[in-house]
Amino acid sequence: MRINCPICGDRDRREFYYLGASDYLNRPAEGDLDAIHTYLHIRENPAGVTKDLWHHEAGCSSWLVVERNTSTHEIHSVTLASEVTK
Amino acid sequence: MIDLIAKSAADGLLPVTIGSMTLTELPLREMHSIAPFKGAKVSAALKKATGVGLPDVGRGTAKGGVEILWTARGQYFLIGATPPKLSAAITDQSDAWCAVVLSGESAPQVMARVCPLDLGRMGEGDVARSLVGHMTAIIVKRADGFEILVFRAFAKTLVHELREVMVSVTAQAALPD
Repeated sequence: MRINCPICGDRDRREFYYLGASDYLNRPAEGDLDAIHTYLHIRENPAGVTKDLWHHEAGCSSWLVVERNTSTHEIHSVTLASEVTK
Repeated sequence: MIDLIAKSAADGLLPVTIGSMTLTELPLREMHSIAPFKGAKVSAALKKATGVGLPDVGRGTAKGGVEILWTARGQYFLIGATPPKLSAAITDQSDAWCAVVLSGESAPQVMARVCPLDLGRMGEGDVARSLVGHMTAIIVKRADGFEILVFRAFAKTLVHELREVMVSVTAQAALPD
């Protein structure tokens, strides 16, 4: 598996660390317990396209949003997390 | 004042020559990491003070004995000079790294075994942050081979890993077809 880092280019999977669903980027407001529960624990588990957060740990240190297909293992897009949250 | 003896990271371990390859340690150099603050333009000030400006992503710039390497997103290493006051986070990394050069005809084969980079794509002066075995490393393509920088504490492991592969690659090359 290879991930095309927007900064470093095409790199081996070994250089990356997987965090989890990109839902982690949408942190709810403090005090909204139901939203925080959903944010922490409720996840889709699609057989298809999913968006994950990956860290280019052994590379440029960027956080990336990787859109990939869990059925076909295709990677559709790789975006810097900083540009997604803007 | 007592004069302490400076000991390099791979002291007593290098140089080694195996087959067509040589692994040597580079002498201790002054190193600072420079991480410009958001939106700060520091390249002109650096160039004025050290003679070298910031390189592009994945590259290095050098003049005289001074060099700046791109080392991560928004981070650079200034080697061989003291940085001026800049709008950047600067940390002294001198003595914190071990720098070695792997040269020789079979050096690319050795690197291919321990590093996941597509090394054939690297041109002279290209810089990449990647892995050597399980160690994070800075890898610079030089005219005579690969310069590899790892944290000083990994010096012995780095030499061990590269030595093993150098021996293996050389032994395999000697086998009859």
